[in-house]
Amino acid sequence: MIRNILALVGGASAGFAVTSAMAAPRDWEWTFQPAATDMMRQITWFQDYTLWFIVPITILVMVLLGYCMFRFSAKRNPVPSQTTHNTLIEVIWTVLPVVVLIAIAIPSFQLLTAQYNPKDAPKLTVKATGNQWNWDYEYETGDKDKLSFNSSILADADRAKLGKENRDEYPRLLTVNHEMVVPVNAMVRVLVTGADVIHSFAMPPFGIKVDAVPGRMNETWFKAEKEGIFYGQCSELCGKDHAFMPIAIRVVSQQQYDNWYKTAKNDLDGANKALMAEVDHNKTKVAAAN
Amino acid sequence: MAAVQEVHDDHRPHGWVRWVYSTNHKDIGTLYLIFAICAGCIGAFLSIMMRAELMEPGIQIFPGLASMVYGVHGDAALDAGKSMYNMFTSVHALIMIFFMIMPAMIGGFGNWMVPIMIGAPDMAFPRMNNISFWLLVPAFLLLLLSMFMPSAAGAWGPGGGWTLYPPLSTSGQPGPAMDLAILSIHLAGASSILGAINFITTIFNMRAPGMTLHKMPLFPWAVLVTAFLLLLSLPVLAGAITMLLTDRNFGTSFFAPDNGGDPILFQHLFWFFGHPEVYILILPGFGMISQIVSTFSKKPVFGYLGMVYAMVAIGAVGFVVWAHHMYTTGISLDTQRYFVFATMVIAVPTGVKVFSWIATMWGGSIEFRTPMLWAIGFIFLFTVGGVTGVQLANAGLDRSMQDTYYVVAHFHYVLSLGAVFAIFAGWYYWFPKMTGYMYNSFIARLHFWITFIGVNIIFFPMHFLGLAGMPRRYIDYPDAFAGWNRIESYGSYLAGFGVLVFLFGVFEAFAKKRVAGANPWGPGATTLEWQLPSPPPFHQWEQLPRIR
Repeated sequence: MIRNILALVGGASAGFAVTSAMAAPRDWEWTFQPAATDMMRQITWFQDYTLWFIVPITILVMVLLGYCMFRFSAKRNPVPSQTTHNTLIEVIWTVLPVVVLIAIAIPSFQLLTAQYNPKDAPKLTVKATGNQWNWDYEYETGDKDKLSFNSSILADADRAKLGKENRDEYPRLLTVNHEMVVPVNAMVRVLVTGADVIHSFAMPPFGIKVDAVPGRMNETWFKAEKEGIFYGQCSELCGKDHAFMPIAIRVVSQQQYDNWYKTAKNDLDGANKALMAEVDHNKTKVAAAN
Repeated sequence: MAAVQEVHDDHRPHGWVRWVYSTNHKDIGTLYLIFAICAGCIGAFLSIMMRAELMEPGIQIFPGLASMVYGVHGDAALDAGKSMYNMFTSVHALIMIFFMIMPAMIGGFGNWMVPIMIGAPDMAFPRMNNISFWLLVPAFLLLLLSMFMPSAAGAWGPGGGWTLYPPLSTSGQPGPAMDLAILSIHLAGASSILGAINFITTIFNMRAPGMTLHKMPLFPWAVLVTAFLLLLSLPVLAGAITMLLTDRNFGTSFFAPDNGGDPILFQHLFWFFGHPEVYILILPGFGMISQIVSTFSKKPVFGYLGMVYAMVAIGAVGFVVWAHHMYTTGISLDTQRYFVFATMVIAVPTGVKVFSWIATMWGGSIEFRTPMLWAIGFIFLFTVGGVTGVQLANAGLDRSMQDTYYVVAHFHYVLSLGAVFAIFAGWYYWFPKMTGYMYNSFIARLHFWITFIGVNIIFFPMHFLGLAGMPRRYIDYPDAFAGWNRIESYGSYLAGFGVLVFLFGVFEAFAKKRVAGANPWGPGATTLEWQLPSPPPFHQWEQLPRIR
């Protein structure tokens, strides 16, 4: 039943799939960032679902406390009862939480299982290596000379050089010099490891977070449904510049990705510039059409 | 039962000898409480500095602080400041856990009240009790000293988080700061193990005639369960940090992957201690809250046996849930499934406790004296922290919350609001008993309301920041997070003001010397400590009380 509901939610939003998006946290945001993958949509659904239990439970405790404070204050109830046992109520408040937990556990286990059982085989594998304090991305495409580059936080002074002066699209602390570029609607496998200390590769709109542990190769995957640029941040304390090693993933059409990949091997900056120009051009076209 | 006590002054030492050489459980308890207040003030100062830094996006406070303390300037000050922030988060946690909550609850209230409440003249091993406390002082000094020692290049103080994960705590910070912090935890751990042995022996062997375990009040029960958790979990921590120490200094590679070690092994060992540790921090609070709710509702505790075995169950299950702190480390799907299941089980005994407290109030004749305010505040806030814990137990959801401010909000609701509210409830409950003086209840209530409002302003918006994706242990954050952060910082200043009100309240009580009397709380206060004068004689129960 829960799966069906999920499928419904999924179907409803599939219509919005291929639109350009910029996903970074927004001012006064107080929920999850909008989902850009089906997995994140499932996580968001599950978070909302748990709220349907935990908020009423908290309110119940608050109401019971309030009622006791009012009804059984020394003024209103000068003679205390001496009741210390009531088997029925004790059984109820043991069994009911068990029922609630089962109701939470069933979709929880489904969600967890889904996170480890992707439906498709990976189309692209990227290896992300966490360094103090930046990321290396290596495209495991089977080519002899693999495409690999370093992705570091962009200093303000270098914004103009890379054409990233728009701070709405390229926010402070989130913008990098070279984004990871991946095709939309493609199953991307990410291999994650650490070079020096433990880091964590996190991308909130995709619903993924996996630690970059030296000596281990961890694995996660995502299938982005929207084109655009998405931001995450290192999520395991890694020293001085822990707050300054963002993760940026640019999701583009398959054709744009192919063009970018071809050029990027020889001229990464040129490929990125060309890609940005094309994305901006499409955006203006969409704006003009509206 | 006769409450007549004769005060024998024959073996009572005076002056500094009384305190330094003390073998008296009440004097040692007092030392622990004073120690916890001092450490708590330092820990709170560290947290307020962090909140001041986080009030605005960008880096404002810490470079200046670093250049003041370490004498570096320019870019070096910026770098040292960033590291200093990490050091503040780490040391804040270590101080609050090992040098504030544990000494206050177990060392302070446990030492003071457990022997009295079970009708014993003192602890089983009075000299060991002394060394338990006096190990804690050098431990704290080592930690304070470590803040001024070099760690990584251009950085000072242990900045690897209280979890001390390698390689950041080994090759990541080669300087002596981390060694001192590890030794500090060694000493604090040894102190706690000795204390735990003392409590277990005392409670098992020195109960007054007629006081069977099933007639023992809930606070000694809570301390008994806590002592077992300490005894079983701390040696594992000691082993783990010893391995850190040898990895750092003697060329072993337990946790160094380039020589066949595994950083994740440390995390398993650490959390095998670390998860029981969080119950160590809250269980004595459970005991205190039960006593207080019962006293001011003028009713016996509802479902006494259920309460006892809920604590035992929480303690037992607490040992088999550790890897729920490690869902993102790459542990296998089946391992995650098990830890999700085991973790959710804990919600059941915890629910029993919350509902039993409410049922204890139900039908009572409740007086809203200061300790009761704190206790009711505790029940509500602990519930909020508890239900977010149920969310975090789900590995699939935790993936999006791990290492964000959602986790910070959760554990501050159960610790900073749960454990600390329990400590203040206990403080205002037993202060008249321990000192013989009654505090000014207006100041005490003011302290409650300022703290209640302040901590909620700090920690509730952290849920929002966590969901929006703000990672923890960040000195600077994207501008979108600025709004909630600013509000939280205001809350932190308010709560900091609350600490000053608390200290003033203590000062006022000692200055005014209002006599409290043996039992200021009336007929609801039925446990043994209220049958003694306030303060109790230097040696109590020279004639053992007899329990019906």
